Amino acid sequence: MALTREEVLHVAELARLSLGPQEIELFTRQLNDILAYVEKLQALDTEGVSPMAHVVPVANAFREDEVLPGLPRELTLENAPAREEGSFLVPRVI
Amino acid sequence: MEPLYRLSISRLAPLLARGEVSPVEVTAQLLERIQERDRELNTYLTVDEPGALAQAREAAARLDRGEAGPLTGIPLALKDVLVTRNLRTTCASRILENFIPPYDATVCGRLRQAGAVFLGKVNMDEFAMGSSTENSAFGPTHNPWHRDYIPGGSSGGSAAAVAADLCIASLGSDTGGSIRQPASHCGVVGLKPTYGRVSRYGLVAYASSLDQIGPLTKEVRDAALLLQAIAGHDSRDSTSVPYPVPDYQEALGQEIRGLKLGVPREYFGHGLDPEVEAVVQGALKTYASLGAELLEVSLPHTEYAVAAYYVVAVAEASSNLARYDGVKYGLRAEGRNLLEMYAQTRTGGFGAEVRRRIMLGTYALSAGYYEAYYRKALQVRALIRRDFEAAFEQCDLLAAPVSPTPAFRLGEKVADPLTMYLSDIFTISANLSGIPGISVPCGFSSLGLPIGLQLLGPPFGEAVLLKAAYALEQATDFHRRKPDF
Repeated sequence: MALTREEVLHVAELARLSLGPQEIELFTRQLNDILAYVEKLQALDTEGVSPMAHVVPVANAFREDEVLPGLPRELTLENAPAREEGSFLVPRVI
Repeated sequence: MEPLYRLSISRLAPLLARGEVSPVEVTAQLLERIQERDRELNTYLTVDEPGALAQAREAAARLDRGEAGPLTGIPLALKDVLVTRNLRTTCASRILENFIPPYDATVCGRLRQAGAVFLGKVNMDEFAMGSSTENSAFGPTHNPWHRDYIPGGSSGGSAAAVAADLCIASLGSDTGGSIRQPASHCGVVGLKPTYGRVSRYGLVAYASSLDQIGPLTKEVRDAALLLQAIAGHDSRDSTSVPYPVPDYQEALGQEIRGLKLGVPREYFGHGLDPEVEAVVQGALKTYASLGAELLEVSLPHTEYAVAAYYVVAVAEASSNLARYDGVKYGLRAEGRNLLEMYAQTRTGGFGAEVRRRIMLGTYALSAGYYEAYYRKALQVRALIRRDFEAAFEQCDLLAAPVSPTPAFRLGEKVADPLTMYLSDIFTISANLSGIPGISVPCGFSSLGLPIGLQLLGPPFGEAVLLKAAYALEQATDFHRRKPDF
């Protein structure tokens, strides 16, 4: 399952990254090396093994639905690169 | 008298309690040493002199009132992946270079409550992705035992600062060995608790199902003290477990006669440096002489651990790091539209290794590949966990090397990510399985680089781990040796 240059560009787009020409080549090679190594997982028979996403035997952590104070708006906005009228400001979308 | 910065928590705390030393005095000494010497090692990313001195004065007042605990007035260094209120937290990344968190991680809040002093934030691989601290956007940290060598990673700043007496103790985080491996390479104690033992609230997420916070310390007793302070349920982290926290001090000094130590066959042999093997065998002999029973066990899926880890971890990372979009906090680069702003921000803000892992994770989770990679890796993860469950039916703890080699040279592996990943072979299974592990100094290479022994325990077996680590420490003098620094 070798990754092509085009697939690398597609994945970069999905990940919201832009790669320079040299980096496309380097990443294509390095990602293929890693994927070739990861390929060894296919050699294991995992028929009937349930995938384990989490190790903790806690299913749901419920609590009473009480209203508790959260982070105040001013503090939440403190690190925003741009803000206006108590909101995060982003470049025009439409 | 020995300079105060050389002391451990266990040796400093009684001096503070008896009023023979003031927290301000020890904090000032450490700040001066950091100021004078840290440029040689680059362990600190941020030093908070005014904050540390203010905390030290508060601790002094508390000691005077007789309201002190064992951590009151103890100066600590925090890995820069733990958010600290009003103190810059960078994750060693350009994207968070100017981020001032508006809240404390739960562990930091608990340490503040206990009266600890925060000297500052220490270096790491960017977003904890790496095994050498060379992936920091702010330059690598050097190993205090040999400046041309890596301190290990990703908690390399923590381990080096503890070894070089630039703090009394430190907190790090361990996703694939990031506490244990640098502890081994720097000759200090490093404990990764069971997944769920310590709250991850305020730990900047890398791979949420694997990340765990733990102590790096000068001696085993200190690790027990710090774990005691940070362990326990937190309603802000739904994966922290509501189990009672035992008294970790209690187990120290107890006999280990009859303790069954399993030696996993797969952790010895091919690829293991002969010097590391010799030193680890020496530690096993010490255990035998203390009355522990050694038995060979098998963890048959060990050779698949690195592959499973580098699918699971990168998949979680690609999702976790989607939050760095230039909108809410952190770096923002200009773009002609929203999409371009995202891409410019993330491309300029993340280093090469972080981008590589995001790419790999995005690919592994993308349409058509999810079954082949992510689902398969989670199945293998279940098999690795079963290996440990079977082993712990035969023995109390496992004893093994931490890393296949002593610390390597700076620059030696940067061009080849896969080789770097393979150096994690002995540590990542514990993260995939959620079990606790500790690295305790057990010898030196011919070049004088420290080597640690790794002990692994069953889930929530930290007390037994600490007991066994303490027994080895007390029977040897490796922890008393210091780098020439």
